[in-house]
Parts: sequence; structure tokens; C-alpha cells
Amino acid sequence: MDAKKGDWVRIHNIVLKPEERAENLPEDTKKVPLEMWVKGFLLNDEANIGDEVEIETYIGRKTKGTLVEVNPRWEHDFGEVVPELLHIGRHLRKIMDEDGE
Amino acid sequence: MAKDMSYEAVMARRGEIMKKAVGIDYDEFESGSIAFDYERMMRETGYTLQEIEKIQRETGVGNTPLLELKNLTKLARKYAPKGKGARIFIKDEAANPSGSFKARRAATSCYHAQKLGYKGVIAATSGNYGSAVASQAAMRGLKCIVVQECYDSRGVGQPEIIEKARKCEAFGAEVVQLSVGPELFYTFLVLLEETGYFNSSLYTPFAIAGVETLGYELAMQFREREGRDPDAVVVTNAGGGNLTGTARGLLKAGAQSKIIGASVDLSGLHMASDIHFNRKSFTTGHTGFGVPFATWPDRSDVPRSAARPLRYLDRYVTVNQGSVFYMTEALAQLEGIERGPAGNTSLAAAFYLAQEMDEDQIIVVQETEYTGAGKHIQPQLTFARKNGIEILIGDPTEEVPGKNIILPKDPGYIKATDLDVDRLRKSYIRNCIKNTNVKKVTEEDIKFLAEDTKSNEDFVKEALDELGIGY
Repeated sequence: MDAKKGDWVRIHNIVLKPEERAENLPEDTKKVPLEMWVKGFLLNDEANIGDEVEIETYIGRKTKGTLVEVNPRWEHDFGEVVPELLHIGRHLRKIMDEDGE
Repeated sequence: MAKDMSYEAVMARRGEIMKKAVGIDYDEFESGSIAFDYERMMRETGYTLQEIEKIQRETGVGNTPLLELKNLTKLARKYAPKGKGARIFIKDEAANPSGSFKARRAATSCYHAQKLGYKGVIAATSGNYGSAVASQAAMRGLKCIVVQECYDSRGVGQPEIIEKARKCEAFGAEVVQLSVGPELFYTFLVLLEETGYFNSSLYTPFAIAGVETLGYELAMQFREREGRDPDAVVVTNAGGGNLTGTARGLLKAGAQSKIIGASVDLSGLHMASDIHFNRKSFTTGHTGFGVPFATWPDRSDVPRSAARPLRYLDRYVTVNQGSVFYMTEALAQLEGIERGPAGNTSLAAAFYLAQEMDEDQIIVVQETEYTGAGKHIQPQLTFARKNGIEILIGDPTEEVPGKNIILPKDPGYIKATDLDVDRLRKSYIRNCIKNTNVKKVTEEDIKFLAEDTKSNEDFVKEALDELGIGY
């Protein structure tokens, strides 16, 4: 069992299949479905990843979908060192220290 | 009987859903032709400037600091001809509760929703507006849903948008995240219908009127501090609301400052393309929104957009992604303030434009936005590199959006490029004809088009002649 009632989870849905998508889309977008992810508290007694489940979102809305993640974490960060940025500050300070116009 | 929830059926109900969700009957302002009564719409459905100041004060919005960027001014003067190099100022809108000027738009929108008795608000946005609505909704005890376009078909999300989702959740909002595509609007309509919440659109008269205080404050702060109005105000332009509201506020203060729009040049990238989605390093403030919204503002999520940038624009420039990243670093390194990056689009433009202006003139960058994990030059460039974008140091004018990002090799390489505003004006007039299917243009239409493009009747007639449309 991956999750039990009350766990904070993430669900996934296909909103529109490729053939149901709007006209006038670029070809690459038309080939793929429109997907949706929502988070909430699990309402089922227990569930495994891949099960169809029902959740209650943080504001209390109930919605269904496929369970994809339990306790989903934020993975965005401050990235890696970008060497191309490192010289900028030193270069600017040097320019500022130069005399005259 | 259960409602038909198919894409076509929901889209067909959009007028009815929107009327319930915004509480404005836009038909009242229509002429039946191209023209509509913009000023009456703003007057009758919006609030006065004084009312808005009061509303915003209730939730700690506005009265943000005005900072003079003395070091960046000094730096710009090193590249300007003798006697040139206007003083550069910045309005630190990141000081608003949610970290951007969008709090102004959200403040009036949430106030209005609460006044009309809605239980919650929904906003369709991948930008700072989401967290602004979530923050204001939290203060007013309203429920909030934010609908974002966030991931490509590989499930890879834009770090900047993911950070904005995190911030929305921090304020107790529900965030609905979608993959790439304009059908976000369909999901948005489904949610509006399901919940009966208020559409906290970026483009209602309340939202735009909420930005008017920014322009008004600018004029007042400059008068108090410098005894004069700024000569030029540079506004990062995407959907046009920032520019429209700021310009209207300046006009209400009686200021004659030049209004300059600035967008990041993303030409060549398709905004609805799944593959292009993660090849851009700016999710707002770029030409992919700026140009289509200027030339057809009524593409927004309300029948008539209150954001009409061509009505106020004097000049419209683009800068490249590399220059904005560079200026973001320069702002931190020389001025000691870490902001942006997207909000610094107008700063990169101002750095160049200041060099064209006299030393005793003033140019002001009218916003900043908060920075954080994901929403910062380092993660943005890390992400770009992971998506196959080359990071180079050289001449930014050679940058190809979606292929590389070129950081200027020295500040002298930062350039702002003018877009032909007359061409945009004509493109808007052409879109008005196309979208309304009008065969003959009325006298009222001509007057409206002249006002809506900040041109004159002769210009409009010339554009109509070129299109072969009678009047």
C-alpha cells in the first residue's frame, strides 16, 4: 500500500485526448494529450500508485484521478553554478572603478 | 440531465459562464460594430482611484519604495555620448505582499468578488498573478484556485512556474497544473462552472484599475522627491495590463511621461508548442504575449479586455533574454538588490534608453518582482542548458530564441530594438475587421480605432484603405 486515507497526494488526468484537442494547434502539441495534475488529501481508505482515487483539495474541492505521487515534494532549486555569470560582477566593479567618462 | 462537458459544449457555453463568473454584462458597452465604450466600461464597472487606494491599503498593497539606481546610472553614462545618460529609477513593487505589482490587480479583484458574495476566486495564470490572487484571497477569507500551464508532454515543468505554484499553495490555494495548450481555457471554464467562483481575470476593469494606483503613485513620489514628473516610464509588457493601468494612473495624475513598453524578444518560438515550451527562459514579459495581446487584446478570458496597450503606448522595444539576465546580475552586484528576472525586462531596456536621453532627464522602471528558487537567473540558465540551449558570451543581438542565450560581453552591448508601432496599430485594425466581420466601418468605429491605437482618424482611414474596407 502506497498511501492511506488523509495522505497528501498528487493525481493525474487526461483532460483531452489528442483527437479531442482544439483546432489550430502546432503539430507537436496536437500529437499529445492535454494533461492535468492536482494535489489533495486522499479520500480512499488506501491506494497504490496507478489506482483511480478521489481526493479533497486544500480548499475542499473533491476530484478524481490516477494516483501518481505521495507527499509530492518541490524539486525546484537555485540550479547549478553558471560559470558564464561569475565574471559579470567583477567586470562591472572594475568598469565602475575606472576614472572619467 | 447531466451537463454536456465535452470541449465543444463547454466552449459554446463560455459567454453564459463568464457572465456569471465576472458579474459584468459587457453587451451594455457594445455598439454592435467594432467600437465599444471603453471609458464607460472602466467608469461603471470599476472603482475610482481614491476607492482603489483605500481597498489596497486594507490589504497592505501599494506605496512601494522608489529607488534611484545611482550605480547603474553611472554605468550607463560610461557608454553614452557626453551629456547623455538619464537618471534611472526603479519602483520596488516586489515590496507588495505577494512580491509583485500583481497584488494591485488582485486586491481590487478579490475585494469585488467578496463584495458580490462569491465564495472563492479562480485565476488562469502561470505568472505572479496567481500568488497575488492567492495572497489577497487569503486575507479576505476567500477560497482560491489557480490554473497554470506548467509542464511539457515529458512532464518537465518550467522552474519559474513551479515556484509560482509553490507560492500559491503557501497561501492556501489549490493549484491545477496543465500541460501545454490553449485549452487551459476549457479547464478554467469547467472549474468556474463547477465551483461558481469569481473569475479573477487579469483583464477586467477592476484588475486594470488596480494598476492605476501604480502610475499615480509614481507621479506623486517624483513630485515630492524631485519636484517633477519622470520623462519616460518603461513597462515590461505581456498582456498589456501593466502598461494600460500605469499609463492611466499617470494620466489621472496629469503626468505627460512617455510610455515605453518593453518585452523580451522570443520571436520564432510558438507559444502553444509543446516542444518550444521549455526552450524559452521567460514565461512572461515576452513578445509571444506582448505582440498578440497588443494587436488583439480581446483574445483574453473576458469578452472585452480592459488592458489595451496600444491606447497608451508611445514606443515599444524588445531586448534579448541574455541582456535581461545580465541586468538582473548587474542589479544585484551594483545596487545590492536581487529581483526578477522577468520583471527586469524593462530595466534592461531602460539601461539602453537612458543613454539616448539627457543627463538631467529621468527614466523609471515601474516594477520589480520577487526572486526565489526556480525564479532566478541561475536555475533559469541551468534549466536552459539542460534543454539544449547554448549559453554564450558575446553580442546579444545575435541571440536566436530557442537555440542560444547570449549574455552581453560588456554593458555596451545591451541594446533595445524598436518595434514598428504603426505596424502594430495597423495589425490591430486588421484584427478588428477580421474578428467582427464588419463590411463597412462606421464613423463611431473610426473614432474608436483612432483612440484605441493612440493615432488619428487619418491614420485609421489610411489603414482601412489599405485593407479595402469602406467607411
